[in-house]
Amino acid sequence: MNGFYHPGRSLLHRMPAVAKLLTLIVTVTVVAFLRSPEALGIALAVTTLLFVVAGIPPRLALRAVGPVFWVLLIAVPLNGWLVGWDSAVIMALRVVTVVALAGLFTLTTTVSAVLGAVETLLRPLPRVDADRVGLLLALTIRAIPLLSEIVGSVFEARRARGVDRSLRAIAVPVIVRSLQSADELGDALIARGVDD
Amino acid sequence: MASARISARDLAQIAVFAALIAALTLPGAIPTGALGLPITLQTLGVLLAGAIIGPKKGTLAVVVYVALGAIGLPIYAGGTGGLGILFGPTGGFLFGFILCAFVVGWLTARLLPRYPFWPALGLTAVGGILSVYLIGIPWLAVTTGTPIGAVALGMVAFLPGDLIKVLVTVSVAKAVHRAWPGLITPRPWGRRRDGSSTDATTAAVDA
Repeated sequence: MNGFYHPGRSLLHRMPAVAKLLTLIVTVTVVAFLRSPEALGIALAVTTLLFVVAGIPPRLALRAVGPVFWVLLIAVPLNGWLVGWDSAVIMALRVVTVVALAGLFTLTTTVSAVLGAVETLLRPLPRVDADRVGLLLALTIRAIPLLSEIVGSVFEARRARGVDRSLRAIAVPVIVRSLQSADELGDALIARGVDD
Repeated sequence: MASARISARDLAQIAVFAALIAALTLPGAIPTGALGLPITLQTLGVLLAGAIIGPKKGTLAVVVYVALGAIGLPIYAGGTGGLGILFGPTGGFLFGFILCAFVVGWLTARLLPRYPFWPALGLTAVGGILSVYLIGIPWLAVTTGTPIGAVALGMVAFLPGDLIKVLVTVSVAKAVHRAWPGLITPRPWGRRRDGSSTDATTAAVDA
């Protein structure tokens, strides 16, 4: 699974993932505390400029912030009506800017680069085995297609028989087959010396 | 340090259940409901993680699921992903899922080995549903500046679906724990850990 990564050679693409992640955290925190619509407008304009610098097509940029539009579609009128339109505008600008900034990180960083950054950031922590965390995340990424197949085939089998359309009739075989897969995966890990 | 390490078998179960939540979230996402939250089987996956593999492994499975979505895999409801969703207005529900798996897993460990149906149904419904909304509703209210009462009212539309998912979870958990004992170490109510031999073995298995 490659996620939402959009390939490119811009400054943002070439920036090391750890530095980019830390910059994102600082920027998002600053934006979250901005109170004036002017300052937020500037923040949104700078964010838009960064999308241009990164060479993200407008279609992908809109898809990155798309999910929050559904929330804003209801929250903005509700906020304007109950609290005031000033507050509604500030809220909308802030939410769009934060989501766009985070989306920009996702669009310019490969999944494996983020995994590496997570491991680097976890390494200094005591009591956390960064290698195990990396292994767990990688295992899960490999397991998603397998589990999608299990869920899909159980749905299909039920539909083909046309007998029981209840959710339980689907969930029991899904869980049993998931547990069997986990057993096989556990055996494979032990065989490769993960527990040594 | 060595005791903090998770065994290979536990690692496999955590990975498989994290992947299961992703797999259940992907098909048939309907972008509808109050405040545009999509209805999916995501919550079913979270409830099952707690009720089938318990508080520790189940919670870790949800943490891994949330983390992989945050990294940028399109595994959140509606095929979305990325930090923007996690820290966006609906991100509180994702953090609520983590609490939900822990609460449901903790309650399940107390209901086992018998796992009586009606108490399990009641406790899972209250504990599981409340923990999701306890974080999700205030988060949505604060980020969108909407009064909390209005948000809570909007969530009523999701309750029937949530209750069906709890019912499915409990009936599946009952069948699975009977056929596949040992997934969760039972910790019955009112049994004191005073160093008696049976408790010592339970503790050893758990560690």
